Amino acid sequence: MISRRGLLVGGTSAGALLLGGCDRLNQSESYRGVLRSAEGLTMRAQRLIMDRNALAREFREADMSPIFRSNGTADPGTPLYQQLLTGNFADWRLRVDGLVARPLSLSLQQLRSMPLRTQITRHDCVEGWSAIGKWHGVPLGLVLDAAALSTRARYIVFHCMDQLAGRPYYESIDLIDAFHPQTILAWGMNDRVLQVPHGAPLRLRVERQLGYKHAKYIERIEAVESLAGIHGGRGGFWEDSGDYEWYAGI
Amino acid sequence: MDAPRTAPGSAGLPASPDERQEVLRHRLSTRLWHWLNAVVVIIMLMSGLMIFNAHPRLYWGHYGANFDPAWLELPRFPGWATIPSTYDLAGARRWHLAFAWLFGVSTIIYLLAALLNGHLRRDLLPRPRDFAPGHLWQEIRDHARLHFPTGEAAKRYNTLQRLSYGAVVLLLIPLLILSGLAMSPAMDAAWPWLVDLFFGRQSARSVHFICAGLMLLFILVHLAMVLLAGPVNEVRSMITGRFRLPPERAA
Repeated sequence: MISRRGLLVGGTSAGALLLGGCDRLNQSESYRGVLRSAEGLTMRAQRLIMDRNALAREFREADMSPIFRSNGTADPGTPLYQQLLTGNFADWRLRVDGLVARPLSLSLQQLRSMPLRTQITRHDCVEGWSAIGKWHGVPLGLVLDAAALSTRARYIVFHCMDQLAGRPYYESIDLIDAFHPQTILAWGMNDRVLQVPHGAPLRLRVERQLGYKHAKYIERIEAVESLAGIHGGRGGFWEDSGDYEWYAGI
Repeated sequence: MDAPRTAPGSAGLPASPDERQEVLRHRLSTRLWHWLNAVVVIIMLMSGLMIFNAHPRLYWGHYGANFDPAWLELPRFPGWATIPSTYDLAGARRWHLAFAWLFGVSTIIYLLAALLNGHLRRDLLPRPRDFAPGHLWQEIRDHARLHFPTGEAAKRYNTLQRLSYGAVVLLLIPLLILSGLAMSPAMDAAWPWLVDLFFGRQSARSVHFICAGLMLLFILVHLAMVLLAGPVNEVRSMITGRFRLPPERAA
C-alpha cells in the first residue's frame, strides 16, 4: 500500500527530477531540434489562415502610447554613425543589391520623395510589452520593384549600422512579408524625423511579426536565395545568438 | 475504445463479493488526456513563468510598456519555478510554443471525444440543480468536513466536481488558448476578433496570466482532494479507469 507520505515524497522527487531533466533536455541539440520544428508548423498554420495581404490593425491617434520606449541598440555610437548623424544623414545612402537587376544607392531625400505610407500600429516586443506609434515610410515592395528583384530571390536581408556584443545586427524576411502593403522602410515616426533610439535614419516595419524583426539603422538591403551564407546562417542577429525564432509571428 | 462497462451516471454493476463495487469511472480519452496534461500543463506553466520574467509587468488595454501604469508588477520568478531554470526567454518560448501545439490539439480531440461519448453532457456541463443554493451549500459543508460521497452517490461527479472540472475544461483552458493566440501579431491580423475578445493585446496578456494562476490553484486543490479522498483508488482509477466505490457510511 502506498502511504500518503510516500506519495508526497515521490511527488517531490518527481518534481526535482522534472526540473533537472528539463534543463538537461534544454541543452540537448536533438531535443531543441524537436522543439524548433514547432516554428515551421506555426508559420505554415498562420500563413494558411491568414490572407497574404491581411492587415495588422491600424489605430487612431488617440490610441497611441504617450511614450514609445526603445529597445535594443539606443545609439550605434560608431564614429561613422556619429559623422552621418552630425550631417543629418545627408551623406548616408541605402544600398539595395544582391539578386536584383538594378542595384540602387538611395539618399534619404530620394526615399522621402517616393510614395508615402503612414500607419499607426502596435509594436509587440518578444519580451511581452506593446507600444502604439505612427510610422511614415515608403513601402518596401516599391523599392524592390525599382531594383528589379530577380525571380531567384527568396529572402530580403537588412544589414544594420549597429552592433550588439561586437557583432553587426541584421534581420531577414521572406517575400510574402516583404511585399505586404504595411511593410515599409520608415524614415519618420510620430510626425517627426525618425530619432536615433528608434533607428535613424531608416528602419523596417514588418507589422505582423515581433519587434526584433523590425531592423533599425538600415544601411543595406540584400536580396538572397538562401540565408545560409549570411553571418550565423539563421537569418538574424537574435536568431543566431539566442535561438530566437526566425518566423516571429507569435 | 470503451468497453460497455459502467460509466459515471449509468446503471451500476451487480454488487461484487467484497461489496466494494468497481465501476468504470474514467474513459480512455479522459485518462490519456489527463496524463498528457500532467506533463504538458506543468511545462506550460513553468515555461510561461520564464516568459513572464522577461517583462514582469501587466497592463490593461492595447498597449503597455515601462512608462505606462502597470496593474501588477512582480519580482522575477525563481529558477525552481521556471523552464529553463536560468534566464532564457528564447528557450522558454521554444518550450512554450511547441507544447502549446500539443495542448491545443489534444484539447480539441478530448472535447470532441467528450461531446461524442456523452462525458461532456453527463459529467461536465452544469445542470440547473447544481446551482440550487441548498444543495450547493450542503456539498460545500460535506467537502469541508471531508465527508465525500460513498456508495451509489460516488458513481457520478458531485456538483463541486462538475462545476470545477466543467469550468476548467470549458472556460479556463479555452480562455488560456485564445488569450495566448491573441498575443500573436500575425493572429491579430488574420483574426481581428481574437484580440477584440480581450479588449487589447495587453489585456489578453493579463487574462493569460490570471488564467494560468487559476490553473495552478486548480491543480493544487485537485492534488489535495486526491490525497484526501484516497490517493491509491483515485490514481488507479485514472490509470485503469476502474474506481472502487467507497462503502456506505454507517448511518
